[in-house]
Amino acid sequence: MSAVAEVPEADRAPRPCPSTEAVASLNHVTKRFPNGVVALDNLSLTLRRGEVLALLGPNGAGKSTAVKLLMGLSSPTSGSVNIFGADPRNHAARMRTGAMLQVGRAPEMLRVRELIDLFRGYYPTPMAYAEIIQVAGLEGIESRLLGQLSGGQKQRVLFALALAGDPDLIFLDEPTVGLDIKSRRGMWAQIELLATRGKTVLLTTHYLEEADSLAQRIVVIDKGRIVSEGTPAEVKSHGSNRAGEQSSRSIKIIRCATSISTHALEKIPGVTGATVNGEITTILTSQAESTLREILALDLSLHSIDVQSPKLEDAFLALTGDHE
Amino acid sequence: MSTATLDLPRISPLARNLAIFLREARYEFIRLTRTRSFSLSVVGFPVVFYLFFGVIMNRGQQIGAISVAKYVLASYAVFGMVGAALFGIGVGLSADLAAGWLDLKRASPMPPLAYVLAKCCSAVFFGILIVSLLALMGITLGNVSLTFVEYARMVALTVAGVIPFVCMGLALALLAPFSAVPGITNMIYLPMSFCGGLWVPLIFLPHFMQTFAVLMPTYHLSQLMLGAFGYASMGSTLSHWYGLLGFTLVMLGVAAIALRRLERNS
Repeated sequence: MSAVAEVPEADRAPRPCPSTEAVASLNHVTKRFPNGVVALDNLSLTLRRGEVLALLGPNGAGKSTAVKLLMGLSSPTSGSVNIFGADPRNHAARMRTGAMLQVGRAPEMLRVRELIDLFRGYYPTPMAYAEIIQVAGLEGIESRLLGQLSGGQKQRVLFALALAGDPDLIFLDEPTVGLDIKSRRGMWAQIELLATRGKTVLLTTHYLEEADSLAQRIVVIDKGRIVSEGTPAEVKSHGSNRAGEQSSRSIKIIRCATSISTHALEKIPGVTGATVNGEITTILTSQAESTLREILALDLSLHSIDVQSPKLEDAFLALTGDHE
Repeated sequence: MSTATLDLPRISPLARNLAIFLREARYEFIRLTRTRSFSLSVVGFPVVFYLFFGVIMNRGQQIGAISVAKYVLASYAVFGMVGAALFGIGVGLSADLAAGWLDLKRASPMPPLAYVLAKCCSAVFFGILIVSLLALMGITLGNVSLTFVEYARMVALTVAGVIPFVCMGLALALLAPFSAVPGITNMIYLPMSFCGGLWVPLIFLPHFMQTFAVLMPTYHLSQLMLGAFGYASMGSTLSHWYGLLGFTLVMLGVAAIALRRLERNS
């Protein structure tokens, strides 16, 4: 899927081991909006010191609501929220947290330098200015007005603001949404850097490769509930179990353009599921070789064939029920 | 690191909060100045209007004992400061809300009061800037005689007079969606200026409008401004202060209700 996602666990930058100390938690939190929408449904979540936790889910799963509750911007209908042993609205707790919000645009008429100066001023012991610039990769654009920056640069400025107070706990709500591949990789490297500094990071994303490559622990949520939780490897195997297989290694995904009906495909030995999306049919099979022989024989016009091992994405789709 | 210890430097919280407020106010002012759609229109409109009605159309006439040029100086000074408050706070806050910028600030340790006061101060700065520009134009181009004490009273009245309109801006920003706020603000600002006698002196308006003007905060503020020049105004000075106070309280009440509604939905 991506170069970063393929990096074996051992090749990653060494990180301090996360402790078991909880720095933030949602305890049996339900959030019901006045219009009746239940964004979170009895959700419990614990962030341990020094870990990068990815909150993964499709749009509308409740990720941003969870972050807003943890930041004290919203209050739960029932249940409790705890940051550094205190209420998230607590001033001392806010001194130790930094955040990058999904909908967060800084004033266009201030310069990068001025925005960072403004946010550094809120904290008693901020991160050194030069360090923020370096970590967020803002060298050379410090004197620009925010309105003159590209989307990726704006995101990096917001990232810099999240770091301004040198916080121990950082919330990053969809930090790479809308970024091109290059900017996204850059942001990943920056998040990796935070992890090596021992910061606790809560990352929400619907980019699966992002969760896979950055997080030590993934919590998959859908419709306000946790559907799976564990290391990226564990979550992947949960997903393939749901898809009807014992191990993620034996299952393969075949994508191709074919006129064979899904009904016919599902009768082929080994095939556990088939879906059509536009021109492309996706087939889940435990016997890739024999399935391939069969479909090539059945449909001589079959083309655009692609065989993959399941990635987190597939596990995720299986878990959140978007996959039949 | 235990969760209980926080190594705060030994600076008193008051001094820290003051420093945050001053920085916040400075950047708010810089930001508004650079936002041409704000600075040009908020400063430009009263200046151009005063140029037309106070300078170009000035034939040395009097309204009662009042020279037209000086009467118009009072009205357009009020017109200018009301605009600075309504657009600075109303549109400014609503933009911050819509952009999620306010959420980011609320999640930070920034004291909320520093934010609100910084916005108020910017409105006051712009108000004083407008009042000073108009006074300068009046003296140099309009043959207005203005003593230093009168000018000082104008500035003092700007500081106090901006408050009711800041509260109105607050209420508007919290009530209406961002896309509608500039339009709604204009729809209130311009008729309210006319009905308060800022464009055409009240005595030239129909009788029912003169009665209606009592409900307009712009009327009360312009009467106080005329009072600052020592001209007899309609109604007593105290009644005008009460008028402004009443309006301020109503707007604060509306803002409080709107804020509660917003919080319930967040």
